[in-house]
Amino acid sequence: MHIDTHTGLDAPKGIWWKPAHKAEKTWVAISFAWCMVLFAMMPLWHWKGGQIPSGIRRRTTPEAYFKRTQEFIKQYRVGDDRGMPIVAPPPGADVYLAAMTYQWTPILKLQKGKEYVLHLSSLDMNHGFSLYPVNVNFQVVPGYDYGLRVTPTSSGDFRVICNEFCGIGHHTMVGRVIIEDAPTATAATPGGAP
Amino acid sequence: MTAPAVFRTCPVLGRKIHDKAELLVKVNAVTAVVSLLVGAIAAVLVVLTRWQAVHLLPAVWFYRILGVHGMSMLIFWIIFFEMAVLHFTSTALVDTRCCAPKLSWFAYGLMLVGAIVVEWMMWSGQADVLFTSYVPLRASPWFYLGIILFAVGALIVTGIFFANLVVAKREKTYEGSLPLVVYGAMTAAIIAVITLLHGAAIYIPTFLWSLGLMKVDPEIYRLIWWALGHSSQQINVAAMVSIWYMLGALTIGAVVLNEKISRSAFVLYILFISMASAHHLLVDPGMGPAWKVANTSYFMYMAVLASMIHGFTVPAGMELGMRLRGYTKGTFEWLRKAPWSDPGFSALVFSVVVFGFIGGITGVTIGTEQINMIVHNTLRSPGHFHATVVSGTAMAFMGVTYYVIPLVFRKKVAFWKLAKIQPYLFALGMVIFTMSMTFAGSFGVPRRHWDISFSQAPFSVQFNPAVDLILAFVALGGLMAATGAFIFVAICVKSVFFGEPLGTITKGVAMYGVPQGIWNPPVHSKDVEQRNAELHAAATGWMGPAPGTMVLVLVFLAAFALYFFTNWKILSSVWKIG
Repeated sequence: MHIDTHTGLDAPKGIWWKPAHKAEKTWVAISFAWCMVLFAMMPLWHWKGGQIPSGIRRRTTPEAYFKRTQEFIKQYRVGDDRGMPIVAPPPGADVYLAAMTYQWTPILKLQKGKEYVLHLSSLDMNHGFSLYPVNVNFQVVPGYDYGLRVTPTSSGDFRVICNEFCGIGHHTMVGRVIIEDAPTATAATPGGAP
Repeated sequence: MTAPAVFRTCPVLGRKIHDKAELLVKVNAVTAVVSLLVGAIAAVLVVLTRWQAVHLLPAVWFYRILGVHGMSMLIFWIIFFEMAVLHFTSTALVDTRCCAPKLSWFAYGLMLVGAIVVEWMMWSGQADVLFTSYVPLRASPWFYLGIILFAVGALIVTGIFFANLVVAKREKTYEGSLPLVVYGAMTAAIIAVITLLHGAAIYIPTFLWSLGLMKVDPEIYRLIWWALGHSSQQINVAAMVSIWYMLGALTIGAVVLNEKISRSAFVLYILFISMASAHHLLVDPGMGPAWKVANTSYFMYMAVLASMIHGFTVPAGMELGMRLRGYTKGTFEWLRKAPWSDPGFSALVFSVVVFGFIGGITGVTIGTEQINMIVHNTLRSPGHFHATVVSGTAMAFMGVTYYVIPLVFRKKVAFWKLAKIQPYLFALGMVIFTMSMTFAGSFGVPRRHWDISFSQAPFSVQFNPAVDLILAFVALGGLMAATGAFIFVAICVKSVFFGEPLGTITKGVAMYGVPQGIWNPPVHSKDVEQRNAELHAAATGWMGPAPGTMVLVLVFLAAFALYFFTNWKILSSVWKIG
């Protein structure tokens, strides 16, 4: 049975479940294939790619995480910058960064090309970890410990911008991450630069 | 016994319009436009603050007004308009009455009270929690209660929508199946029910939490809140696509290519779209990779497939509609000879194009699990959703309003010359705005941020100097679009409250202040079946009877692939993370 030519405002009479024209079928097939490509990229990147946001995810409490961060700071502290401890853990270590209104504690000093497990959690509100200028971003949620295996591939003086609204001082919340080139056998350890 | 329903017959569409349903359409539409005005004023204040050279508002007021902007636009403007759409499509398009006018007014009252309470809480600084109100940020209990009242009202209206359709079916006011436009609106209503139930599941506990009566986990909040927050955008998509089909029919006599394909695509929306909560949790510590991959892709991108299908069938229906009316030369005569000075038509085209090319492509790309790491909470995120919900949905709603004013309010469109250019101004502004935001976000510029010069931060942050220029473009685009919105509001207010009555329409005689689809309805000739058969018979190749559309969608696909793989390339250059 034939369906009369009609617009979307008209009620179609009779059976409208009819085969589509070849052109329409072609586009549906192309779209379907493209959707499969879109989908396949994600498992593929898990397998072959170098950037995966899965991490190690655990529940914690603000109190427990604060305590763990303090222990971490005490263990590897190498100095201070404006009252904020600078912490230099050895490669492979678990690194703890605590977010609270409106600061990131502590300042991290890591080595280029070495893997660390970077733990992120909040002691109060939701915060946003945004590494500048690399532009990698993670949500930091109170009660959850997000442990990411991170290998810095560039050295320099980086910033951690909070990019989740956390209160009226949100825009002042900036932390610091220093990445040094890994020391070679001949290079002297850089001593107290002014 | 109640008085029988009073109908008038629409002189243009020939539909029966129930007076009580019509009044509900009017009042909901007017409330929507008032909300748009509030939201647009807030938009200007926000844009002038983020333009670092102007930096208008102090920090407290910036975050406050940003919250007002989100609520007024995304919730009140859009949803009040959708209520008007539900009242209209479930009555006028199937020739039936509104079956529960009193309950409809009660629902409207709940929504209005809810909206006023929410606005009052936000403006008075008792809800400085932004649009998303992420727990443990705490607002006054009245804020959550206002949202609950609003949502209950909206849920009642969706119930009335279904009831109207049941009455129409039972009383046989239409023959055959529901028109495609009503089918699409029904899709929106079904998704609305799912969405509003998620809303209840999160706002009721959060309301109790704000009273100190229970605990709410911050991650669970984000999960369920986004099942409301993102799914409600899918209501907007379904409503917008229905309006695309409606405007196509009204302006150029667009036909339905194949009911099976278009309706199946709507069903895909219902089946898969509520999984989109995951888009916001891709770099969260709450969920594992399997959940993220399955959900962010709407189970292998089946809802994206639906949008890509509509992205073909809508323009192809328009092309075929024009070809059936004799515009058959070459590949694009149908597009060149289209009524570009009809604001209903230009708004339709811009809505389809910007939604697809900017909103769709960026959305799928940034919603990819790993790519989201270089996007989350940067300006790329609002860059994306202003291209979908503003340039797409709001643009389509504005376009259809140019037809609602004469058809429902029976007034001429005021400031007609301005009305003709309004879609151009609004669309161009939004294109500049969304693309600049996307570029700024690529440099890591955060969203929802008062001061990216970081003047009060302990450590200095120096963005690329290009960022200042890009943010100036964000402001330029934003101000252009806001001007377009103000013009739209002015046109609506003048037409509806002080407008000239429509008067008698003579078919084929141009009328000032009336879109051409009304004085020159794009009816198809008597021999349309034969023409249709000829067009299909002639189109033996795979390009089909709408070859122009096939060219356009292939260009779209190429742009999509380019953007998608460029982002993977950028991602591969950042630190190693596993």
